[in-house]
Amino acid sequence: MEAIAFYLFSAITIGMFAIVVFSKNALYAMSALAGGMIAISGFFFMLDADFLGAVQIIVYTGAVMALYAFGMMFFDTTKDVKENIKETKIVNALWISAVVILVVIVSVPFLSDQVLLDASTSDYKVIGANNPQAVGIFLFTKYLVQFELAAVMLLVAMIAGIILVSKKMDISLTTMDEQIEKEEFDIKEAK
Amino acid sequence: MITLTHYLVLSGILFSIGLAGVIRRKNLLLLFFSTEIMLNAVNIGFAAVAKFYGDLTGQMVAFFIIAVAASEVAVGLGLLVLWYKRNGTIDLESMQEMKG
Repeated sequence: MEAIAFYLFSAITIGMFAIVVFSKNALYAMSALAGGMIAISGFFFMLDADFLGAVQIIVYTGAVMALYAFGMMFFDTTKDVKENIKETKIVNALWISAVVILVVIVSVPFLSDQVLLDASTSDYKVIGANNPQAVGIFLFTKYLVQFELAAVMLLVAMIAGIILVSKKMDISLTTMDEQIEKEEFDIKEAK
Repeated sequence: MITLTHYLVLSGILFSIGLAGVIRRKNLLLLFFSTEIMLNAVNIGFAAVAKFYGDLTGQMVAFFIIAVAASEVAVGLGLLVLWYKRNGTIDLESMQEMKG
């Protein structure tokens, strides 16, 4: 049962992410990325990380992909970005060999000995709680400082995002260059 | 029986897909997408290690990675919109100002 779920979710995730990387249209890429994120949360539920799976759906598909969707309203997605992809042999050989080497490096040390769950020293057993409770206990005791730092970082990122995008929001994008030139000219005149 | 190896190989494959995207694509938006793929691949690896070693630290690190990814999207997308307003393109080559 677990094997079926694992291979199903693997196929979905790899297929979706392959579409993201190799699709010409940015809109298709974004939709495929959202689908892949949902499939990844399936892995988290299989790995007893219930809270992480819920956070994955809420943050990635709910917040990050919605932010990308809003961001894409600024770009003209109907016309494809003309990508000057040089299909040289060197580039292809580089990325294919990078892919192969990465998979080998990650997998080979673990092929010799299969690591199994050692339940006696498990954090769940020590705390005697299910996953969301255990996560809460860990997050607010052992990782409290990191948690607060992450909160401050998110606040800074939010303010930075607002300031970056909302600057000159009232000017139409097509006439922006002329407007800025006119403003600069006016400033020079005033001097 | 699904072991830790399966999850780590999957994590490696997904990371490689993201890496291939970063190397190959020239659209800046797609570079952001590829970065998200790489971060998610690492998250799967952390969650798998957390389960098979019975240690919750892996999940904690995955949480903080998600927080970092959310901040990165907010700031990065703001910069990208600003770049598009200035130059009217999100092609990576438009950032290449030094000819060398």
